[in-house]
Amino acid sequence: MNALIRFDPILAGAVRRRDIGAVLFRMLVYLLLAGGGVLFMLPAAWMLSTAFKPLADAQAFPPVWIPKTIQLSNFTEPFKELPFFRFYRNTVVITGAGIAGVLLSCTPVAFAFARLNFRGRDALFVLVLATMMIPDQATLVPIYVLFARLGWTNTFLPLTVPTYFAVDAFTIFLMRQFFMTIPRELDDACKIDGGGPITLLTRVIIPLSLPVFGVVTILQFVSRWNDFFWPLIFLNTMDNYTVSLGLRLFQTRYFVQTNIMMAMSLLAALPTITLFFLAQRYFIRGIVLTGVNR
Amino acid sequence: MADTLERPKRGVVDLPRVHRKGLGMRGREELIAYALITPWLLGFLIFTAGALVFSLGISFFSTDLLSPAKYVGLANYQQLFFEDDLFWQALKVTTLYTIGVVPLQVALGLLVALLLNQKIFGIGVWRTIFYLPSVVSGVAVAMIWIWFFQPDLGLFNYLLSKIGIAGPRWLFSEQWALPSLIMMSTWNIGPGMIIFLAGLQGTPQDLYEAAQIDGASAWDQFIRITIPLLSPQILFNSVMGIIGSYQVFTASFVTTEGGPNNATLTLVLYLYRQGFLTARFGYASAIAWVLFAIIMTFTMLTFRSTRNAVFYEGQAR
Repeated sequence: MNALIRFDPILAGAVRRRDIGAVLFRMLVYLLLAGGGVLFMLPAAWMLSTAFKPLADAQAFPPVWIPKTIQLSNFTEPFKELPFFRFYRNTVVITGAGIAGVLLSCTPVAFAFARLNFRGRDALFVLVLATMMIPDQATLVPIYVLFARLGWTNTFLPLTVPTYFAVDAFTIFLMRQFFMTIPRELDDACKIDGGGPITLLTRVIIPLSLPVFGVVTILQFVSRWNDFFWPLIFLNTMDNYTVSLGLRLFQTRYFVQTNIMMAMSLLAALPTITLFFLAQRYFIRGIVLTGVNR
Repeated sequence: MADTLERPKRGVVDLPRVHRKGLGMRGREELIAYALITPWLLGFLIFTAGALVFSLGISFFSTDLLSPAKYVGLANYQQLFFEDDLFWQALKVTTLYTIGVVPLQVALGLLVALLLNQKIFGIGVWRTIFYLPSVVSGVAVAMIWIWFFQPDLGLFNYLLSKIGIAGPRWLFSEQWALPSLIMMSTWNIGPGMIIFLAGLQGTPQDLYEAAQIDGASAWDQFIRITIPLLSPQILFNSVMGIIGSYQVFTASFVTTEGGPNNATLTLVLYLYRQGFLTARFGYASAIAWVLFAIIMTFTMLTFRSTRNAVFYEGQAR
């Protein structure tokens, strides 16, 4: 309580004023947050505890929180059974190529919608937004058929090539919103200097857009790294599996060894969690940019 | 705008408009614009519009992609609606899931955002706690919760037993499997919470002050000011939630594969089974179109029914 008063000026003020109502209210807020936080983190804590245990401890009942022996081999065993390094490599390739595709194809499109005048611009943009409402599954079968006919099943191509066609309406929307916040005076300056639209894009807009590129990269990374459905559809042999598929495969084969499964879950979650800690600001910004009133 | 820039009078610029050869600047800009959006146009035609039409077309056939397709007209839909009990089961499961998940996620996200908006100490830590699980891979999340829900060795039942409740078999029980999945979905309140927080931080303080002067209680202020001002975000989160929940796949596939006894058979999982496990691609297409129609309908309904409740006031940034 004293510590809280030291760090929370509003609470300190309420205590000084002897305002019971305000003090109780703030205590309630902290209580709810702490309680909610603990409940929220329970499964994660349980996972962490189990990931370091030997199997006997993991299956002990009543449960043991701190294992008597720390078994780090939980993290290395699976690499002997299944080619997890390969899974990571595959996921990196697919995710990287996907992010590149999205950035490359969506930027010019968003720029055109944000800065250029052309017939049908507004109608087309409404169309872009409308595509956000279409569930992936509605186009699943034909897309699968297309790639099957092309002979691209069991390769990374179906997962990466479409990204080069600006199919991500969400990203287009995000980028356009951002471009529209760049002052028009810069456009004028560019025009005066004799630059056309392309120069405007490459010399003015893009260099100023690193923040939104950062946001897009982060959001795309998380969604592509964690993707399970699309790799499941298109990747058939273990050599081509991604981390999420590998994890699932591991689950079906070794579900009894819960300690190893928890260790692998942790490893699978580590890249995105690390990214979050490094780039929190970009995550928040990205989410906010989507939910802001138009 | 550029035309209002002041320019000293020069010769050529002030001549009356000459009919130019070629496109001129305006036409050139249009041409460049069309060139720039070509990737999107192609993508739209191939992967969206074309695929949608094609998907509808396939649903009138019966095909396993290896042998020639057989035209069956509306037979797929007929079978789906009138003879397929599993489809109705999947529809029921997915609808119940959505009804459970969306209000829960919106309410929890709002609650946490409201708490975090109180200028509390350590907001970064709290925000991380509640947001972090949403960036974890769906497969990992599922595996973590499977272990949490484990009836005999899992933490949940152990804690329940400590307060005298005998926990059910959770993911192994027909009655509790779906509620388990709904509980698991609470780990995704992160993005919604951030959106609410941003909305809350954008609300103008003078409204609250005016209300306080008028003697409004805290609860009144909440109902009459906060909620209406947040209504765009509530709508957005709800619509996105509905669209997302109807497409749930990984959660049910990894935890229970649709069981026990199809208690967690979601629509997309059923689609996957039909299309990719039994290679009935025509049938799967029909399911996909029904799913599309359902999602569209609910989205429209949500927009329509809340039209009077949502206030798009311009907010001071």
